Amino acid sequence: MALLKHTPTEVMERKSLVINPAKTCQPIGAMYASFGIHGCLPHSHGSQGCCAYHRSTLTRHYKEPISASTSSFTEGASVFGGHANLLQAMNNIFSVYEPEVIAVHTTCLSETIGDDLNQIRDKAEKTGKLPEGKTFIGAPTPSYVGSHVTGFSNMVKAMAMLAEPSGKKNGKVNIIPGWVEPCDMGEIKRLAAMVGVDITLFPDTDGVLNAPLTGEYKMFPDGGVTVKELKRCGDAVGTLALGEWCSADAARWLDSKCKVPCTVLDMPFGLAATDRFIDVLRTVAGVSVPDAVAFERGQLVDMISDMHQYLYGKRVAIWGDPDQLISMCEFLVSLDMQPVYVVTGTPGKKFEKRIREICEGQPFEVKVKAKGDMFEMHQWIKNEPVDLLIGNTYGKYMARDEDIPLLRWGFPILDRQGHQYFPTVGYKGGLRLLEKILGLLLDRKDRDDPETQFELVL
Amino acid sequence: MSTILEERKDQIHLSGQGAIDIACNRESLAGAVSQRACVFCGSRVVLYPIADALHLVHGPIGCAVYTWDIRGALSSGPELHRLSFSTDLQETDVIFGGEKKLEAALDELIDRHSPKAAFVYSTCIVGIIGDDVEAVCRKMSEKKGIPVLPVQSEGFKGSKREGYLAACKAMFRLIGGGDTSDVSPVSVNIFGDFNLAGEIWIVREYFRKMGVQVVANVTGDGRVRDIARCHGAALNLVQCSGATLDLARMMEDKYDIPYERVSYLGIEDMADSLYKVADFFKDRDPGIVERTQALVREELEALMPELARMRRDLEGRKVAMYVGGSFKAFSLVKAFRHLGMQVVLVGSQTGTKEDYAELEQITDPGTVIIDDANPLELSHFIKEKDVDVFVGGVKERPIAFKLGVGFCDHNHERKEALEGFEGMLNFAREIHRSVMSPVWQFVPRRANRAGRNRKEAVNE
Repeated sequence: MALLKHTPTEVMERKSLVINPAKTCQPIGAMYASFGIHGCLPHSHGSQGCCAYHRSTLTRHYKEPISASTSSFTEGASVFGGHANLLQAMNNIFSVYEPEVIAVHTTCLSETIGDDLNQIRDKAEKTGKLPEGKTFIGAPTPSYVGSHVTGFSNMVKAMAMLAEPSGKKNGKVNIIPGWVEPCDMGEIKRLAAMVGVDITLFPDTDGVLNAPLTGEYKMFPDGGVTVKELKRCGDAVGTLALGEWCSADAARWLDSKCKVPCTVLDMPFGLAATDRFIDVLRTVAGVSVPDAVAFERGQLVDMISDMHQYLYGKRVAIWGDPDQLISMCEFLVSLDMQPVYVVTGTPGKKFEKRIREICEGQPFEVKVKAKGDMFEMHQWIKNEPVDLLIGNTYGKYMARDEDIPLLRWGFPILDRQGHQYFPTVGYKGGLRLLEKILGLLLDRKDRDDPETQFELVL
Repeated sequence: MSTILEERKDQIHLSGQGAIDIACNRESLAGAVSQRACVFCGSRVVLYPIADALHLVHGPIGCAVYTWDIRGALSSGPELHRLSFSTDLQETDVIFGGEKKLEAALDELIDRHSPKAAFVYSTCIVGIIGDDVEAVCRKMSEKKGIPVLPVQSEGFKGSKREGYLAACKAMFRLIGGGDTSDVSPVSVNIFGDFNLAGEIWIVREYFRKMGVQVVANVTGDGRVRDIARCHGAALNLVQCSGATLDLARMMEDKYDIPYERVSYLGIEDMADSLYKVADFFKDRDPGIVERTQALVREELEALMPELARMRRDLEGRKVAMYVGGSFKAFSLVKAFRHLGMQVVLVGSQTGTKEDYAELEQITDPGTVIIDDANPLELSHFIKEKDVDVFVGGVKERPIAFKLGVGFCDHNHERKEALEGFEGMLNFAREIHRSVMSPVWQFVPRRANRAGRNRKEAVNE
């Protein structure tokens, strides 16, 4: 019995609705980013439900306690504004939970009624609701604009806006990693250290959302970028923004307001994108690529060469967020695989253009859609199937119905483990992606090959 | 203790220490890390198991995404409820209104999927921009010839409780349209069961053996046609404190159908519920009491030896629970007694004064009773009471684990049927599995305790 039996093969133009979305709303992105600040309590300025939903979704993905507070809007607040709620909330937050920082994001509700976070912060400072030494950052995140990626970017920009340039460069480099897993952030720090670049990474959820079991519940685990570090990011010699959608806004803000020159790169997924990342890092450090890094790169190339015959021509349907998809499609093409269907729910014409460029001259035609959804992707697959699905857990219905292996990669992953611990960025991450892809394809081959062709050695 | 907000002190009570006067059903304090959700959430979880209806969320994308098949409400037939439909409101819609978009979406979806009815959920933003969802629904209903029902579930209008009411109001409009000619005089509707992990199928099987016709499932594995004719049933059985009680009351008023509050969790409550039904119908069906006794006896004969086996390991272990509706807590307190376990904390998101008074009655002295708890409070009491297993929902699971304490999801994410007699066995097994897991030996705080216990045993 097919779970998605209600999905017809015939594709029709739709304007008024989304079915099985490949995106979600801004606030959850802002909330995830906020966890990358040390001692930070994310705060949702809206109804209780928003906060509960984001917490549940992040909990399911990270399997970690996700604490965030809410302004608990009621009918009154939605008529008279939520100022009073947020001010009262701050009172309670700082007397009970005692965070170093609260990172407030808005919701469709508070945006529509016109609440202004800057005004509220000013009032909080004047009336002593924001205790001495504590930090308030705020990001507008209307749910009806952009997607969760936009919300993430807006909160990251709010972090950059804490910069207080002293006028003296401190020799450090800001790296804005974009929406990647905590372990990916850890991997980026490791690579930078290997190349010998002193960095400030923000946000940094490493150690926050992949924390160990200690027998104690810590509302604020040890990891995260500190406010002190953020204040100094205006003194950096440069900013590396990984991902146009996730990270560029913050980097450009630092560039124009604090004269910290920025470079926007693709996220370092796969061989070529990691090469570019390492190249920029080593240029900044003024060194050639260290042997240890070259060694890891060589291992990745080695594994590709060992197994390339199994990757050749494999058709892939992939969905997720723009920055991740761009690098991943480039990686797939370099593996001689064919990302034939590419969908993001996040708007942006530039995305479609980039994907077409990556697939240009390849022996397949790519169907790519920004503002797309998974219902339509499934229809494409029904019309012409693929060998592999890559995307979040919501692909498991298609995987089961169409009997296609699914590589879980992206957000959210609700039914498997490991994404918070094993990076997929960098060369090591490339190895892991490759291991997973090969595992799925070869398991399938072993299952499907007729007995006469079943091989022990592959 | 500093982890309890001054304003929250009257929402926490120690059983046996004076008259209970717990403050509840009040709005969560702004700034609290509350485990509560919104009106939309309440409506959505109640209605979404109706598998052959279209469920269209009118709002920005998030509300649809976060409620996309989250509850594991199983269907034996259609799966339309597992898809996520959203009008994905954009900035221009917020400015100019979303009615046209809603209408176009309904037009397209009803034609393509031929649902038996459509529910249109209003979200916060719809309440603010003032779309006339009622009018659009009326128009589409006339055009398509199926019930198109607005659900007034704007998130900010309260907590889940108000959402339950909105869902009940929407369903109530469905009732009365269906043919009741083949409904038996010995018949019930099952209210407030959502068929998580196939639970309603267990309960329906009991009723089948008793000779009771089940007219409608409200709403687990639910069908529009069944709900439309559920006014033909002789009795409504209401489980789950808040979710469907309003609907039962509406039906009592309009159709004169009585209701009984039941629970299918735990041994006594399951058996009592079946006996209540047998008792209700004994004049119409004299053999029913005997059949029910036989059924219960047979089930218990299979269950009790198994439970006894597990009780040997679980005797004296401590439990904390934080549940949505407090009615569930009543059943769980009794269920844990069968396992020899001691309940040291009971909390609820949506309990009423009467609920808490009853909890105070059935719990041991010293038990913490708490309304609308936050993670710091839960963590504090788990440590203070040295709890072995925590029963809660998705957001509490990692907190329990970080503290090195076992966990049982008795909420949306239960993966095994916990209702009925076989559900009690599954429940006991799940508790046993978690409490007895060797992993806790590796948790520093618990490991020390194990050492201390051993020392005490030696000294004795």
